[in-house]
Parts: sequence; C-alpha cells; structure tokens
Amino acid sequence: MTIGGIIGGILMLSGAAFLFLAGLGLVRMPDLFNRLQAGTKATTLGTLLTLAGAACLRPDWAVKLLLIGLFILFTNPISSQVLARAAHRTGTPQAAGTVDRLAEDREKRP
Amino acid sequence: MVDILIYIAAAVTGIAFLFALYRFLKGPTAADRVVAFDTMTLVTVVFIVIIALAEGRGIYLDVAVIYALLSFLGVIAVARYLERGL
Repeated sequence: MTIGGIIGGILMLSGAAFLFLAGLGLVRMPDLFNRLQAGTKATTLGTLLTLAGAACLRPDWAVKLLLIGLFILFTNPISSQVLARAAHRTGTPQAAGTVDRLAEDREKRP
Repeated sequence: MVDILIYIAAAVTGIAFLFALYRFLKGPTAADRVVAFDTMTLVTVVFIVIIALAEGRGIYLDVAVIYALLSFLGVIAVARYLERGL
C-alpha cells in the first residue's frame, strides 16, 4: 500500500460523500432554486475530488483526468446559471419566505 | 485495500444516483427534472471513471469526456427551450 494509494482512496471516498450529499439535497430541498444549488455545486466539488483521487491512484492517466476536470469546472456553472435564468423568467414557484429582489426590480423598472 | 475503497465509493455514488432518479421521476416542474438529469450525468461520469479504475482500462476515460460534453449540450438546449429562446 503506497502513499499515493492512501491519498487517492481518501479523496475518492470524500468525493463520493459529496455526491451523496448532493443527492440528499436534491431530495430534501423545498423548491427548485435550493435544489439547483445543492445539485450543481456539490456535484462539481464531488466530481473534482473523485477525479483527483483517480489521478493519485493511476498517475499515468492524470492528463486525461485533468481534461475531464477542467471541462466540468468550466461547463457546470454555465449550465446551472442558464437553467436558473430560464426557471426564474418562466415564473417557477418558490418556497414560502423567499425574498426575490430580482422580481421586485423588474416590477419597479419594466 | 484500494479495491475495497473503490467499491465503497461506487456504492455511495450509486445511492446518490438513486436519489437523483427519485427527483427525476417525481419533480413537480420540468426544470426540477433537468436539474436531476444534470446531477445524474455527473454521477455517471464519476461512475465511468470508477469502472475504468476497477477494470484498469484507460480507454473508458474517453467515454467520460464525450458523455460530459453531450450532457452539457443537452442541459443548455432544454433550458433554452424552457425559456422559449430556441
């Protein structure tokens, strides 16, 4: 058991734990925007941690894993932002107690 | 030892996939289903990497790259459609 194997295993387990928490937030959160936050940020971190762990376990795959990680790091925030904008513009129902400053601004300046 | 850690990570990731699948089937609005779909594709990318580690075949990582690309395009297309911009 090498030192790279230990670090890689710990990184992979923590990444899998973050993915589990993302799934749990997807089930438990009250409305779409909370679910969006749980379902995109936590999965980005979990995926990057898992890819780093895989790169520690197999150093000869590190370039390809870095490519996947960079791609996910660039595209996942874009997709979540586009989805949140579409949901807000089409008037998705929000949880009770939400303070929506963007909608207030829209009403003030049409 | 490392093999056992990989299998535990695969099991936990599979539970996350089941949670996302529950939200995909139940989700009240269409955007909920798209969020669940996005989460499921990322979990699947991680699962492909775990399978590549378990099998020891580096060619599977190319599948993960293409899968991430296609899921990004799919989410963007559906979001634009929901916004009536497509």
